[in-house]
Amino acid sequence: MAELTYREAVARGIAQEMARDPDVVFLGEDVAKAGGVFKATVGLYEQFGPLRVRDTPISEQAILGAAMGAAMTGLKPIAEIMFSDFFAVCFDYIANEFPKSRYMSNGQTKCPLVVRTGNGAGSRFGAQHSQSVENWCMMIPGLKVVAPSTPRDVIGLMAAAVRDPDPVIFFEHKSLYATKGEVPDGEIVDRLGTAKIVRPGKDCTIIALALMVSRALAAAETLQSEHGIDCEVIDVRSLVPLDTQTILGSVAKTHRLFTVEENPRLCGWGAEIVSIVADEAFYELDGPPVRITTPHIPLPAADILEDMVLPTAERIVETVKRSLES
Amino acid sequence: MARVSDRAPGAAGSGLNDDIGEDKRLALYRSQVVIREAEQRAFDLFLQNLVKGTSHLSLGQEAVAAGFAEAMQPGDLSFCTYRGHSHTLARGVPVEKVLGELMQRDNGLMRGKGGSMHLTSEEHGVMGSYAIIGAHLPIACGSAWRAQYKGHKDVSVCFFGDGTTNIGAFHEALNFAAVWKLPVIFVCENNLYMEYTPIGEVTAVQHPAADRAASYGLERIVIDGNDADAVYRTARTAYDKARAGRGPSLIECMTYRHSGHSRADPAKYRPEGELEKWKLRDPVKIYRERLLQFGVAEKVIAGIETEVRKVVDDATETCKAAPPPSLDILTTDVYADGGWAWRN
Repeated sequence: MAELTYREAVARGIAQEMARDPDVVFLGEDVAKAGGVFKATVGLYEQFGPLRVRDTPISEQAILGAAMGAAMTGLKPIAEIMFSDFFAVCFDYIANEFPKSRYMSNGQTKCPLVVRTGNGAGSRFGAQHSQSVENWCMMIPGLKVVAPSTPRDVIGLMAAAVRDPDPVIFFEHKSLYATKGEVPDGEIVDRLGTAKIVRPGKDCTIIALALMVSRALAAAETLQSEHGIDCEVIDVRSLVPLDTQTILGSVAKTHRLFTVEENPRLCGWGAEIVSIVADEAFYELDGPPVRITTPHIPLPAADILEDMVLPTAERIVETVKRSLES
Repeated sequence: MARVSDRAPGAAGSGLNDDIGEDKRLALYRSQVVIREAEQRAFDLFLQNLVKGTSHLSLGQEAVAAGFAEAMQPGDLSFCTYRGHSHTLARGVPVEKVLGELMQRDNGLMRGKGGSMHLTSEEHGVMGSYAIIGAHLPIACGSAWRAQYKGHKDVSVCFFGDGTTNIGAFHEALNFAAVWKLPVIFVCENNLYMEYTPIGEVTAVQHPAADRAASYGLERIVIDGNDADAVYRTARTAYDKARAGRGPSLIECMTYRHSGHSRADPAKYRPEGELEKWKLRDPVKIYRERLLQFGVAEKVIAGIETEVRKVVDDATETCKAAPPPSLDILTTDVYADGGWAWRN
């Protein structure tokens, strides 16, 4: 067991897979010699050399296109898009190419690759370097989408993503890079499509992702200690495949549902979860499902403004308390 | 197919003093005739409402596909555009598989799941036809990167139209391929029109691909894309360069499409007489004349034409008799497990 930061876990997760399989290669902007702008890939270039860990030009379409061509013909590429906001300049690959080639070719074309990216707010970078865009990817048939919240999950889900035969979009949260967690020694391999109950409870279910998991947990502690409300917190971890059984099972137990989403309100992933629960567990609910989200605005840069828009533990506490009391 | 023994006595086609040789020339001709006949049949079937959706024909551009394909080694990989019937056929994909896909039948290349714009046959080295302009140039780079990394000797060949040269992915891919010295060939089929607008009206340079080559440290190459011999020789040189580890090539082939952009386009925007002028340089016609000049017997040439027409006729009947796709493929192959499950 060792204590690792989330950013160290990224490098360890990639290294674990590159050491296992020589077909795993890694490319992106400033990822090799510089070790990544978030220092999440430090040491990989030194360990695996310039043929497997490659710096690219600032050409996001070339990065993702090259990853796809390599994946189609036998490699298992990991591609970095520095900020998930930049998906907008290479979205053709994410929306049209990776996820549709297998279907359109009637199963001939394979695309086993991982796109890892820095997602989420908290760095005061403003509207084009802070977004949470996991919902952009969740809506596309053919993709898989994961977003780990702890160093251990980073390594385990990275391994699962690299070994998966489908294209996987791997969202790392920028505000989690400096956080620490206990990580077991040796190989860690997790499973896609598995949510985790990170705090069992009986009064309500709070479903969160990435940075929002720690805020949901903090809120649950306050709700327990100050208001006697016992929350079950689920780290959804994987949006596609989605572990609906864990979610529906929890709702069947607590009869109340809250989602905590960093992506803006409209068409956030919580809407899909609420829709599934409404369809399939409506009579389990004792009250309306409630979404706690970032409002439908671009993200501001100033700390005082950014802090107002992201869901906080306080806002979760207030929302849950008000909803359960009403 | 006709063989060397059918040659007229004393013909130049004996291969003396010629780097291409008769067998290859007959293959180049047959390939062009297959494309011509199959594309013309696709157009006829469209008029009968048997080809559905859209289709983008390569009538008039046969020499580019034939020349590049005939110069390939087994294992070389083609990346095509939505105007990709020609390149798919040129790699030896059966006509009935292509027509079946255009006619949305169960016998189609992808059983109707892809359609005209996405012809793919990996067993023939056809790694897909891409309908988003420019998307496949970076993808071909990735395939070439795999070859470089694994020490494979195959070359990735990427075909696209003149309109592609003004999109970002073209420039990203060219730079990327040049910097990484990848074994990839970029082939621009300049047929003078992007869709309806002449490429010259919207491009800052005369030759939209070749005049950009210098930006990426590449040689400026413009060839007669209606001469299959010129295409073949240029392709061979580029493949040799790529296989030798000397990096990518960008080749602009001047050609002309005899039909509109897609089946919806009657091509009224072309100046009077332009089509007629280009038809004098019809690649199939000029290659037929060349075979005769090289002493190939008329009956050999006619034999190829008759054989190909029968192939296309038989394919047409097979496709007409084929059922539509079975409904059980609707949700297959969304994910690698063969299904479409996104939840448990």
